[in-house]
Amino acid sequence: MLNGTVFHYGDNVDTDVIIPARYLNAPSPAELAKHCMEDIDAEFVNKVRPGDVMVAGWNFGCGSSREHAPIAIQASGVSCVIAASFARIFYRNAINIGFPILECPEAAEKIRSGDRVSVDLTTGEIQDETTGETFHAAAPPAFIGNIIAKGGLLAYLKDKVNR
Amino acid sequence: MGMTMTQKILAAHAGLPSVRAGDLIEAKLDLVLGNDVTTPVAIGVFEAAGFERVFDPEKITVVLDHYTPCKDIKSAELCATARAFARKHGISHLYDTGAAGIEHALLPELGLVGPGDCVIGADSHTCTYGALGAFSTGVGSTDMAAGMAAGENWFRVPDAIRVVLTGSFRPFVSGKDVILDLIGRIGVDGALYQSLEFTGPGVAALSMDDRFTIANMAIEAGAKNGIFPVDDKTLEYGKGRFRREIRIFEADPDAHYARTVEIDLDALEPTVALPHLPSNTRPVSAVKGLPINQVVIGSCTNGRISDLRAAAAILKGRCVAPGLRCIVIPATQAVYLQCLEEGLAKIFIESGCALSTPTCGPCLGGHMGVMSAGERAVATTNRNFVGRMGHVKSEVILANPAVAAASAVRGCVADPAELEQEGCTC
Repeated sequence: MLNGTVFHYGDNVDTDVIIPARYLNAPSPAELAKHCMEDIDAEFVNKVRPGDVMVAGWNFGCGSSREHAPIAIQASGVSCVIAASFARIFYRNAINIGFPILECPEAAEKIRSGDRVSVDLTTGEIQDETTGETFHAAAPPAFIGNIIAKGGLLAYLKDKVNR
Repeated sequence: MGMTMTQKILAAHAGLPSVRAGDLIEAKLDLVLGNDVTTPVAIGVFEAAGFERVFDPEKITVVLDHYTPCKDIKSAELCATARAFARKHGISHLYDTGAAGIEHALLPELGLVGPGDCVIGADSHTCTYGALGAFSTGVGSTDMAAGMAAGENWFRVPDAIRVVLTGSFRPFVSGKDVILDLIGRIGVDGALYQSLEFTGPGVAALSMDDRFTIANMAIEAGAKNGIFPVDDKTLEYGKGRFRREIRIFEADPDAHYARTVEIDLDALEPTVALPHLPSNTRPVSAVKGLPINQVVIGSCTNGRISDLRAAAAILKGRCVAPGLRCIVIPATQAVYLQCLEEGLAKIFIESGCALSTPTCGPCLGGHMGVMSAGERAVATTNRNFVGRMGHVKSEVILANPAVAAASAVRGCVADPAELEQEGCTC
């Protein structure tokens, strides 16, 4: 069960604002985390606490294929991202590095910045403890669940190549 | 039910007789691509997982193009990591400064991608090769690592939007206007998880460079890939160039499409996308006069020879407006050389442009033309997100090369048709 305070953003949050290209030449997760969301919310890195939850609208993570984006969010301490929808490369990247993401348009619309939420990744249940509302995100397809269960894409493939 | 062109390529690479939208498949890869930003991360993942060999060194390409020639020590270290990995694993297709160009212009030029291929690249604009009738899509670094290790990867088979093109271009309109118009109509997530399949009688009128530009920005509509049918122009382009045996796939007549969008090329005007989304489109005539500080002509979207010819045709005998910077970046060494041979380089330099060695550079705010707060550029690049070309308070307007060149002359957003009527100014 994940538990944290919400940072809420709008639609089309792109990877250039999640981690600007001027920091991509410093690919250590800790270094990337120092600049996470800098161009959309300069205060984010000062306020975020381990376990906090990012909530956003449609097409989260659009733009560049930089895996530095989910890495930066994960390294900043955020425990999961809930969005109305995800851009496809960000979606793949998050799965591949084992970073939890949930697609739930209703939660994305109703949850507000500063709310306390708890998230059960096994059931997809999202509880807004501030308002008392509960939301349900769809579980990932079994194939993707299997990749996550193996510990990410490389572990999944290693298993397969060795067989 | 029939399959789309994309579905047929994926089925063939998965060894399946047919696939349907939504199927999760594992497909063999013909090429795995990375650049100086994404490859070092992939190498870290590859090595941490304990892989010792790549699946096939001939099917991996690394292009050092984003921050090169290296802009600082950190960038130099990224390139050093990529070079060492390529040496260790016998990857001969590493393209370094002097040989490198912008990856998505370079790979087709070298014939490393061709019709029927299944390609992944750790760069979102890998979708460019759909212009050749290949399935190609952008992925992240872990996917690149997986591709390098196993020569295959997983895909969710996409549904498709059919984009039917009719007619032919009016003057100063090109591939960029087709894709900007489309993104303006369907939105930046209008094709999310889907293919954009371009078809119709208008395709024949498009040059290969136009097709590259259109397929390149499929990602800007959220698409997994953009793809064109293989025709005489594709085959002509590939003559003596394609290194693999080509495989031509066609969509079935009864293929299912989620929707159909029609674009009449005759009706298109030069189109620009205002800050801060590629979908924020306007005809150039509606926003002319907007002051700008910089023009960038280049990138994986519009740095090919026909783009530079279109820009040079406007700049010939004219001068870049006082106080404005115009940076021209041929996408590859071959394009650069062609600029010299055709006299375009002379035109650019005489008109007051900076002519740069190939690099992605300013497109992503890397180097070679980063903007300060309050500055605004017209660029032939592909993204105009907040802070994309530098300071968070700088702005980018996306346009085709003719509009960009006309804007450089005027010092503001300008319509090349109007400039034409005025004649030469310097």
